[in-house]
Amino acid sequence: MRRLSWDYIFAFLLLLPSILAIAIFVYGFIAWTGWVSLSNWDGLRPDLSWAGFANYAKLFANARFQIDIRNTVVFTVLFLGACIIIGLGLAIVLDRGIRGENFFRSLFLFPMAISFIVTGVTWRWLLAPGDPSTGRLTGINVLLEAIGLPTSTWYTDPKILYIQPTSGLGQLLHQSGLGFLTTPNFGIPVAMISVIIAATWQMSGYVMAMYLAGLRSIPDELREAARVDGASEWEVYRYIIFPLLRPVTLSVIIILGHISLKIFDLVAAMSKKGPGFATDVPAYFMFETTFQGDHYSQGASIAIFLLVTVSLLVVPYLLYSSRREVEI
Amino acid sequence: MSYKTRVWFLLSVVVVGALLLSACAGPTPTPTTPPPPPAKPTEAPTPVPPTETPVAEKKQLEIFSWWTTGGEAAGLLKLFELYNQKFPDVEIINATVAGGAGFEAKPALKARMLGGDPPDSFQVHMGHELIDTWVTTGYMEPLDDLYKQEGWDKVFPPGVLEIVSYDGHYWSVPVNIHRSNVLWYNKKVFEANGWKPPETFDEFFALAEEMKAKGITPLALGDVGIWASTHLFEVVLAGTMGAEKYKGLWTGETDWNGPEVRQALETMAKMLEYVNPDHSALSWDQANDLVIQGKAGMTIMGDWVDADNLAKGFTDSGWAPPPGTKGIFIALSDTFGLPKGAPHREQVIEWLRLVGSKQGQEAFNPLKGSICARSDCDPNLFGPYLQSAMQDWAKDTIVPSLAHGAAASESWVTMINDVMTAFVADRDVAKAQAGLAQACKDAGVCK
Repeated sequence: MRRLSWDYIFAFLLLLPSILAIAIFVYGFIAWTGWVSLSNWDGLRPDLSWAGFANYAKLFANARFQIDIRNTVVFTVLFLGACIIIGLGLAIVLDRGIRGENFFRSLFLFPMAISFIVTGVTWRWLLAPGDPSTGRLTGINVLLEAIGLPTSTWYTDPKILYIQPTSGLGQLLHQSGLGFLTTPNFGIPVAMISVIIAATWQMSGYVMAMYLAGLRSIPDELREAARVDGASEWEVYRYIIFPLLRPVTLSVIIILGHISLKIFDLVAAMSKKGPGFATDVPAYFMFETTFQGDHYSQGASIAIFLLVTVSLLVVPYLLYSSRREVEI
Repeated sequence: MSYKTRVWFLLSVVVVGALLLSACAGPTPTPTTPPPPPAKPTEAPTPVPPTETPVAEKKQLEIFSWWTTGGEAAGLLKLFELYNQKFPDVEIINATVAGGAGFEAKPALKARMLGGDPPDSFQVHMGHELIDTWVTTGYMEPLDDLYKQEGWDKVFPPGVLEIVSYDGHYWSVPVNIHRSNVLWYNKKVFEANGWKPPETFDEFFALAEEMKAKGITPLALGDVGIWASTHLFEVVLAGTMGAEKYKGLWTGETDWNGPEVRQALETMAKMLEYVNPDHSALSWDQANDLVIQGKAGMTIMGDWVDADNLAKGFTDSGWAPPPGTKGIFIALSDTFGLPKGAPHREQVIEWLRLVGSKQGQEAFNPLKGSICARSDCDPNLFGPYLQSAMQDWAKDTIVPSLAHGAAASESWVTMINDVMTAFVADRDVAKAQAGLAQACKDAGVCK
């Protein structure tokens, strides 16, 4: 008993420094940010007098922030969707034992090793629209023009794609009381597509690696058994492989989801807030309002908003996985 | 407990204790401690003669700026060179953060200042950016004694002295003057077509139509990071309402809901029809490249374009005041000050002395492509554009620049930038005007 308690103290003392460091540098600063978000700190000099939730009320009424929320949702959905489809597709192809698998696996995984800043600068050059009337083009537009296609101007296009109220679907939505869906608030900003392409290019290889690991962990016996039972190749995937990959998909959604909610560096390197805020995201707004506008309390309230949305995603997952560990 | 365990335990306690001590020393959240109260002016710098016996401690001087390209970097290095001629034992640390108009540099500076780690001296725009951001908040030391010693209260024009002072004290040393309202064009293209720089907005739009017909982009704009659009807007505002009403915008005397602001927005919306389609992907110097290459007819940008042209070897550049702004000089200035708690105070005083001196300004400005803030510089040192700017500076009505920190606080400028970001995309005049009026209210200037 005595020995055990010495062990216990010994272990505790070893852990203490990192516990303290995390307590101060992570949770302490989260608490500090939370406090700032409830204060009147507007301007460079700290003013920590109590403001209640006024900053949050102002934030949600801010037109730029409303656009940012739409942009984040659009970015998250399209980025996750594209990464999962491309990543899963690549993983299935590689899993079938094609020649040079090692080479392709490294090739697809490699973009993940690059920082988002480098990706952003490169894709900005690739996708920049140039000006076809004066023949000033870069990147993909050189290719598009060479094969006689119209050049792409997405990158700086402030247009928002949404369901037009006058269209058939729009009228249907209006009749069913869903008319609010036919406004730009529920549209896709065209310029955002450029950022989504760059982010997908960077992260889909990582998704592929995760799915590949998942596929390799599925015992061959299960596929064999299904085939013996007369399942077609599609049915093997539909009823055996995909259900067994569900935990991988969940991990992918958590990991990519929290990247996309917090995305800043890629946007800052590529198009910043974009024309008419088309590529603005909450993290970029937070940066500008805090360090350019000196609205420190508003910046802090955006930080807390981001923290809450990310924890809505991460906390249930942590609870779920810890419960599973207990079961096992 | 065995001997071995006890030794291990003792050892670990020592290690953990050491870690704890170092952990406690580090993480005091600096932002909580408000900076010291403003120093009394009487405490202002007592300069030390430069010929001192060398101290054992290594002498350094850290200068923070966003001068990283072409002429501006050359000008800064020239100042460093002059400084080191006088003080060879001082090591100068060139802390630059790239990015036009300091959009990337200013946030970095604020993080350092709030964190209690100020550079020795930093570049800051004269006017509200200096006063509202740094002086009223008590981060700067007054420089009254230095002004007296150097006789600067006589050599800087009264208009400049008024803008760098607050509460009866001087707070920074202006090194240069820039003009924001300049219309730049390619002389060869204009001569070949028999065009003249437009003096009114009507002439501007007529010329723009002609250029469009010839396949030339009429107005080059590079507004990545949006400030170039705000810059264009300030020029259109001044050109639409004249100097007095323009000045009134920043004091609340001119109504942001009035017809002049609406007219300016309408003119701006029309101008945006004639800009290069990829403006939001270009920077101001890339827009100037279009003029240099003859692909665009004109660009409206500050007179740092002159330095860009010289650096690129372009000599066919023509300039004129943009429509409606003849006789108006929209001014901005880069200044250096003395932050409280600067690590190498003595070296900074000497730096400021150099920056404000005739020698320093005559060396720096021809390279940077700006005119002296002092009124006694020799015009023959300057190129043809700058000589004409010096003449205009002496006779035009001086008004402060919005996009470059002279006219309004940074917080206000940020709000106007947001209005411009939306306006450039949707061209909605009524919405933009309401946004501008609200920004004036939020800035605490309008009621």
